[in-house]
Amino acid sequence: MSSDRASGVVERIARESYGRLAALVAARTRDLVLAEDLLAEAFAAALAQWPAEGVPATPDGWLITVAKRRHADLLRREQVRMNGEPHLQMLAAEIGEAEELPDRRLALMFACAHPLIERGARAPLILQTVLGITAKSIAAAFLVSPSSMSQRLVRSKAHIKESGIPFGVPEQTEMPERLDAVLEAIYAAYSTGWDDTDEGTSVLAPEAIWLAGLIVELLPGEPEAKALLALMLYAEARRDARRDRDGRYVPIDRQDIALWDRARIGKAEALMHAANSAGPTGRYQLEAAIQSAHIAQRLSGVDCWPAVVALYDHLVALTNSPVARLNRAAALAEVAGPEAALAELSGISADSRMLGYQPYWATLGHLHLRAGHVEAGREALTVAIGLSTDDAVRQHLRLRLDAAS
Amino acid sequence: MKYMMLIHHDDEALAKADQSLWADYAAFNEALVKAGGSAGERLHPAAGATNVRIRGGKAEVLDGPYADTKEKLAGYFMIDAATPEEAVAWAQRCPSARYGTIEVRPIMDMQR
Repeated sequence: MSSDRASGVVERIARESYGRLAALVAARTRDLVLAEDLLAEAFAAALAQWPAEGVPATPDGWLITVAKRRHADLLRREQVRMNGEPHLQMLAAEIGEAEELPDRRLALMFACAHPLIERGARAPLILQTVLGITAKSIAAAFLVSPSSMSQRLVRSKAHIKESGIPFGVPEQTEMPERLDAVLEAIYAAYSTGWDDTDEGTSVLAPEAIWLAGLIVELLPGEPEAKALLALMLYAEARRDARRDRDGRYVPIDRQDIALWDRARIGKAEALMHAANSAGPTGRYQLEAAIQSAHIAQRLSGVDCWPAVVALYDHLVALTNSPVARLNRAAALAEVAGPEAALAELSGISADSRMLGYQPYWATLGHLHLRAGHVEAGREALTVAIGLSTDDAVRQHLRLRLDAAS
Repeated sequence: MKYMMLIHHDDEALAKADQSLWADYAAFNEALVKAGGSAGERLHPAAGATNVRIRGGKAEVLDGPYADTKEKLAGYFMIDAATPEEAVAWAQRCPSARYGTIEVRPIMDMQR
């Protein structure tokens, strides 16, 4: 065993399994900061021992065992100090517990979504503790500075410890509010993984799908969980088709459907129908139904645009979000023409949030060009380019702009 | 709150940049103006700077860059953002973020 290989294994585990391992240790310690300290000691021990002694058969299990042993040492020392406290009993009971990884991770997620944690920190906390994403990447995803995100996370972890927030699936009455934060975190993790093409973060999308799958199994009565899983599977099914060979962005109506993953689409359809059995009501149910309609349109050639517009009507009524209204207008263009869609957009043009929102200007530009308003179209597309941060999207818009001159 | 966005550039990296950078800059400036800001300003290279200071009542005038760093102040733009997050989002959109660094600095409100 070369020492390079051993430290390579340590590095890979730290990158890919850190969140899982931290969750497992935290479920024992009930203290995230302590769990991360224990895990750091275990990693240090691995770096010292594996190059000389070889990588153990189950490296994850080795790390967990070392962390647990350190925890036991700590408790024993505390035991001596606090004479009479039944820490050792608790420890013995805990070591006897089965290591059911999935449920422990979910329990940790629900603890992070507790109402006592400040609202803005819930989803980021889940991303960090359960998925092992660094504060820096989380900060980028939520557009805050890394230092304030770190502070927010440290504060929340201390809060979990001090207020003794229990680790577990909440009571039925508390479920809706907590499930919202958990689903939001999973979707944010998926979206981060979707945009990222570099290898380091590409594990996020499958992780998000896996966690949503666990929630569906654990809470089969929650339609929004099923719908979120369906929504992510629809997107995942089209992953290979969304960029061409040169890395350029390909919109759904021009994607090569031979590259779509039909098995995933089938799974998504089944989930969505199960979620919508009482009629689509929640946000994820509506969004999954819209994805389903887009895909059905490409696969069957049947015109699904009227259905998409109707689904967006529900989404607008539910969320009253300008983004939903923007997407409704884009769909309306396919049913009633670009002028009707432009009239619809004038309703949100005064919303200051739209002025810096790239998809608003891109949609406005495309609609103006389709309606034959070359000047207005070019102007809006130029603004859209100015607001883009993705090279592939920028290039796609530049080609469109050049074609319009 | 108003923010000044200071654009720091490594001149060598900028010289190697794709020509589409300037088209992107035109687009970025247009987006800034649409959102209620004003287009940014680009500075001549720092090598052409003149530094002035008065010490002991005597004026000293020196040529050349003020700071001896690889990345130099190359331009700036101002925005009015509701939240620090919004200001950071604008910095991310600036084409120079791909070649240099955008320093986001809130402007002190002297009215308060």
